[in-house]
Amino acid sequence: MSAKKIFAKAYIWILLIVLYSPIVFIAVCSFTEAKSLGNWTGFSLNLYKSLFTGGMQNSNALLSAVYNTLLIALIASIVATILGTIAAIGIFNLKGRKKQAIQFLNNIPMINPDIITGVSLFLLFVFLHISQGYLTVILAHITFCTPYVVLNVLPKLSQMNPNVYEAALDLGATPFQALRKVMIPALRPGMISGFILSFTMSLDDFAVTFFTRGTIGLDTLSTFIYTDARKGGLTPELRPLMTIIFLIILAVLLFINIRSSKNTQESK
Amino acid sequence: MSKRSSWALPYFIFLVLFVVMPLVLIVVYSFQDASGHFTFSNITKFFMDKDSLSTFALSIEVAIENTALCILIGYPAAYILADKSLNRSAVTVVLFIMPMWVNALMRTLATAELFNMAGITLGKGTLLFGMCYDYLPFMIYPIYNVLNKMDKSYAEAAEDLGAKPLEVFTKVTLPLSMPGVASGILMVFMPTVSTFAISEFLTNNKIKLFGTIIQENINNSMWNYGAALSLIMLIIIAITTVLQGKDNSEAAAGGAI
Amino acid sequence: MNETDKIIEVRHLSKSFSGKKVLEDINLYIRRGEFLTLLGPSGCGKTTMLRMIAGFLQPDEGSILLEGKELAGTPPHLRPLNTVFQRYALFPHLDVYDNIAFGLKLKKTPQEEIDKRVRRVLKLVSMSDYEDRDVETLSGGQQQRIAIARAIVNQPKVLLLDEPLAALDLKMRKDMQIELKEMHKKLGITFIYVTHDQEEALTLSDTIVVMNEGRIQQIGTPTDIYNEPVNSFVADFIGESNILNGTMICDRKVSFIGHDFDCVDEGFGEDNPVDVVVRPEDIYFVDKEKAQFSAKVKSCVFKGVHYEMFVDTDTGNELMIQDYDAFQPGTEVWLRIEPDDIQVMRKERTQNTFDGEVIDNETVRFLGGDFKCDASAYSSGDKVKVEVPFDKVDLLDNEEEGESYGNVIFILYKGDHYHLTIATPEGEKVWVDTNDIWDKNDQVGIHILPEDIHLRKAEGNE
Repeated sequence: MSAKKIFAKAYIWILLIVLYSPIVFIAVCSFTEAKSLGNWTGFSLNLYKSLFTGGMQNSNALLSAVYNTLLIALIASIVATILGTIAAIGIFNLKGRKKQAIQFLNNIPMINPDIITGVSLFLLFVFLHISQGYLTVILAHITFCTPYVVLNVLPKLSQMNPNVYEAALDLGATPFQALRKVMIPALRPGMISGFILSFTMSLDDFAVTFFTRGTIGLDTLSTFIYTDARKGGLTPELRPLMTIIFLIILAVLLFINIRSSKNTQESK
Repeated sequence: MSKRSSWALPYFIFLVLFVVMPLVLIVVYSFQDASGHFTFSNITKFFMDKDSLSTFALSIEVAIENTALCILIGYPAAYILADKSLNRSAVTVVLFIMPMWVNALMRTLATAELFNMAGITLGKGTLLFGMCYDYLPFMIYPIYNVLNKMDKSYAEAAEDLGAKPLEVFTKVTLPLSMPGVASGILMVFMPTVSTFAISEFLTNNKIKLFGTIIQENINNSMWNYGAALSLIMLIIIAITTVLQGKDNSEAAAGGAI
Repeated sequence: MNETDKIIEVRHLSKSFSGKKVLEDINLYIRRGEFLTLLGPSGCGKTTMLRMIAGFLQPDEGSILLEGKELAGTPPHLRPLNTVFQRYALFPHLDVYDNIAFGLKLKKTPQEEIDKRVRRVLKLVSMSDYEDRDVETLSGGQQQRIAIARAIVNQPKVLLLDEPLAALDLKMRKDMQIELKEMHKKLGITFIYVTHDQEEALTLSDTIVVMNEGRIQQIGTPTDIYNEPVNSFVADFIGESNILNGTMICDRKVSFIGHDFDCVDEGFGEDNPVDVVVRPEDIYFVDKEKAQFSAKVKSCVFKGVHYEMFVDTDTGNELMIQDYDAFQPGTEVWLRIEPDDIQVMRKERTQNTFDGEVIDNETVRFLGGDFKCDASAYSSGDKVKVEVPFDKVDLLDNEEEGESYGNVIFILYKGDHYHLTIATPEGEKVWVDTNDIWDKNDQVGIHILPEDIHLRKAEGNE
């Protein structure tokens, strides 16, 4: 192995160790009972037990935060995928100024920092006298997720043979059948990656949720952690929760990657 | 097929309602007092207030430093990852992106706790380190993407024409990878300049950034002043985007998988 | 002919795209069981016409009748026609079987029936063992066969084929031509075939419709079209030809390349300018005493079966000749053209005519530019007809130096000069005779000297 290669490998692995140290730290600390992060009072699985049996003091709040996070992410990314796919088909068929205009608007939520998106939507809901809660959070999440769906579906449209849709009509499919049987399958990869992107962005969002959740006590995981940390001292059960979430993601991503690299090898 | 273009209409209405209108409202609220009358006082208040101005300057400074740090650390990483002779595994790339899937606040809290345990006082140093840690993947991925798709024959052509390895890099690879760096800057600078929770955690509330003041004003029902501060940030964003000059949205879109 | 023999009839069909006429007043009928080809260069409107028959485009004016019934208003999926697309348009997410069964499944055909019919068409296109294959793993030629199978399995009344062989290599194309012809015979379905390849059209068709710039130029059998082109465009587009300026002296006598020839054409008047077409294989090398004129061989190239030679005639015209015997460059040869082999065509136009407006005493605006000329006989604002001879239009390299500019869209070599068609950005056409060499799609400036511009009062309100 050349010196260059050794150096390169070392660089990458040091970076990875630094990147993962907080996560590993959380995972390690999930196996002790200590109240505050960083203390070690001996190995114990009690935090896992109390996470699942709801033995801690604000277990309901934590579990409902997890539930809200998943529900909001699911609804927002499903709606964003549908809205974004329809929009992408429309944008693809637009020309000139109109196309540029809508693509420009589509870029704004992606460039805007979360705080601007959050504050501006907060002002909108205040202005329209919409009481804030689930609905406003979901609408806000749809706002910043849909552009990513649009951008993931558009390339699939340009890769698609333009005659494929017409061929379906020609063979007797109604426009709706042609859409369902030919267009959607062709766009599916873009829709799926748009959906996954939306889902993860929604899961991870803090700022936008923070400004649009109102005062009804709606918490997602992010806002729960934020309030918890501001009160001083994190709920210990967050540690096993985060560890589990991380392991699930690790498993899913490794699975997807191994499968896709197998697929590319097979197609070669 | 021309009727298909009308499919963009629902989304267009959605964008007007949830993107354009809210931004217009930021402008409107910025120039109103609490009772809804037109005023410049929110803007002048910002420029008269030393604390706000210094926070603003500090936020820009931190954002620039963080972005520079991310490029310095991220570019070599992206370069190594994209170089087939140094790294062949796609999994390594995924490993760099994966921390993004773990709740950012949780990761930040753990980082701060690690600093505490190591006996490092929370302050600007830890803030920069922590933010760099949070945003590094956003810098690595777009650069990696561009480098990975780059036609290898450019570098070979340069070598063939007599360029030394370092010259190949400075005269061909680096200039050609600038679009990736540009979209990395966009993806790191914008969020850092506006960050709020992360900076509070990493400095134990010692250092306030611009995002925090916006949040405090909005939360304390000082909507008009909060809107004015947001407007100032919007202008910074507009300037950065225009300076960038290019549409990097597509490189950004591929950011996840 | 019997009305029921017409399977498709097109009446007064017109279509524009963003103000540009793509088809203008097309009238045409197609006989049941016929193999009809729409032939023309790209942009001539042939694909637009096919797409209107298929239902993907709506006509602006006119109607398309299928077995006497108006098709307008019937969406594509309800028309008993099927299309074979240029780039196949196979569904990438379905395998060969499901691609072919697509239409039958939509019609809720029973499964055994689908099985039977899919097998039958697969056999017809010689792809029997490919049922389960992923379409993207097939070669271009194989994909083409599946595309044809997918269309004919629905037993359409008419099969529309949009340049189906254009993406194949030469050898494959030749094989597929033969197979298509056999398939047409076997199936008895009417084929409407679109191509820009004249050889393909001549090989395959019962009837050829030659189109250019949105209009039908000629309809006829391959033999008619080849032997008796009606105008210089058709003559140039179909096969190789010498197209020359001539004068009809009287019936059965025409003058061109500086000599008088006997011909078989009548009714062109006396001393009228005409276009003359002579196919290169119809010029014969003869003994001096039988010859009509002499020439010197310039070049000689072997083309596989025959030799292709360019000669300069004693009067300075260039002719292309194809013959089984070779004559080396520099050789003096004696030539003869038989009356039967001379095709005389009326000239479509003898000079350029533009609509113009007088700006002042010495300026007229036409072709989107201001030209200097003597307009003292008119007052400003007058609408005029502007006449300019073909050989008085100067083309300039730098498009900004001329009063107007345009694109070279068509080039015709006429023995001793080129006849170009230039289109201005507004779509007006300028015809130019020149000795300079230009390429298709060149951007050129248009310059006309003041003394070459002739004005005439426009009639009526025009």
